Amino acid sequence: MSNDTLTARRAFMSANDAVSYGVRLCRPEVIAAYPITPQTSVVEKLSEFIAGGEMDCQFINVESEHSAMAAVMGAAMMGCRTFTASSSQGLLYMCEMLHYVSGSRFPIVMMNANRTVAAPWNIFGDHRDSLAMRDAGWLQVYVENGQEALDAVIQAYKVAEDPAVRTPVMVCLDGFVLTHTYEVVSIPGQREVDAFLPPFVPGENVLDLANPRSLCISVAPEWQTEFRHQQQEAMAAARRAIAGADGDFAGVFGRRWGGMVEEYRCEDAEYVLMGLGSVMGTTRLVVDKLREEGLKVGLVKVRYFRPFPNEEIAALGRRVKGIGVIDRDVSFGNAGALYTEAKAALYSAGDASPHTVNFIAGLSGRDITKEHLETMYRKVIALTEGKAEREIQFAGLRWEEW
Amino acid sequence: MPKPTVSVFQYPRTREEMPRGPYAKAGVLVEANAGWRVFRPVIQTARCRKCQQCWLLCPDGAIDRTGECYTVDYNFCKGCGLCATECPAKAIAMVKEGAKGE
Ligand code: SF4
Ligand code: SF4
Repeated sequence: MSNDTLTARRAFMSANDAVSYGVRLCRPEVIAAYPITPQTSVVEKLSEFIAGGEMDCQFINVESEHSAMAAVMGAAMMGCRTFTASSSQGLLYMCEMLHYVSGSRFPIVMMNANRTVAAPWNIFGDHRDSLAMRDAGWLQVYVENGQEALDAVIQAYKVAEDPAVRTPVMVCLDGFVLTHTYEVVSIPGQREVDAFLPPFVPGENVLDLANPRSLCISVAPEWQTEFRHQQQEAMAAARRAIAGADGDFAGVFGRRWGGMVEEYRCEDAEYVLMGLGSVMGTTRLVVDKLREEGLKVGLVKVRYFRPFPNEEIAALGRRVKGIGVIDRDVSFGNAGALYTEAKAALYSAGDASPHTVNFIAGLSGRDITKEHLETMYRKVIALTEGKAEREIQFAGLRWEEW
Repeated sequence: MPKPTVSVFQYPRTREEMPRGPYAKAGVLVEANAGWRVFRPVIQTARCRKCQQCWLLCPDGAIDRTGECYTVDYNFCKGCGLCATECPAKAIAMVKEGAKGE
């Protein structure tokens, strides 16, 4: 083993570098990738590790994202642990293979640097790329900072490779705000990660000369539904595996991220904002400020978008008066994706269902400021007090008042 | 090249027997598949030089050379005529299905 010398330490690095260290510690055997801003530095760093002999891994340069996913799927068919990364247009180009991998039940882990999709062309962050892949059959986790990115990668392999799950995981990082922002990150030791994440033991869907199998077979209508049902059951198993991995991780490394969702100051909260990814970091500061004013506010960070935390959100709905959902995306003709799903989850709260409003914000890298977030909280409070609010609002729109 | 014999595929009877991820035992042929043929290749063994061209080039692997003479497995030959075109000895005739004498 060439990389068993990595000992635990702290270092100043970008979240992309943190992902690279996380991947390195998980010892993938094959990485295939095609560069795209703002993902590039992840795979650059990994190729440096490999070129420098610090990782024992095959790096395949490919001509497209479609090929990147196809290449790691081929490696997964041989029972290898694999990694790839992409973003935006590249993720869309990979779309066909995302379905192939999940339907074939290969536990591939990929990182997606969240970036908007053209047109208009723009390289900055929002969630329209990965949320467009909502139905690709992958688990999706959204992280708030570089440390969570590193830790989420290690946990992602643990969850993906769980025999009851065997489903790929996409670790989503906000483009630039996370991918290119430096912070102090704790790098776990190789020995501890090896103990947490033993070598991958593939299932039966591997190529084996002693036991020849046809993989990714055609399946007639009479049997497709049973395979689809398996995927749905795997997602149910993933809920348990996510909680288990987070708990086990906390036991070894002392950091816990909350599993499906993280609530902040929600014990007695009446008004909450809900969102995905880095905006939750800023929202914490606003919660603290408004709490000092005596307002009962909290936040709910949705970590996993697939599987979706229906039960957690329904339970929250029975406790609070108003929920504002921040979406860094919009499904034109309806609302943001998180809002649509959160509202559906709240339906089971029945008469106790809280008031809800959707804030479309942070599109294509536009900042979501503390002022915006404070306005959102005040709008949620006003809504619960009977003031009419449009259900779907573009926050910070130039032609509006706020 | 002898093909696997056509056999019945055993479907899973229970949830537990379902493969985890869609895969199947390799080399299982569940049905003969040549119903669309209009012309059938007929090897005139007297002219055959056993050069293997037809065996190598048949896109369906439908030519068998395990016996004394080269023969066509009509269960899988699709009647494309590639073997007849490529045979350097002109030993393969394409005969209309249902024609007299065939
Ligand atoms: S006709 Fe076509 S399919 Fe049939 S044996 Fe010849 S090459 Fe093969
Ligand atoms: S190509 Fe013609 S000569 Fe060659 S083996 Fe086939 S039938 Fe015989």
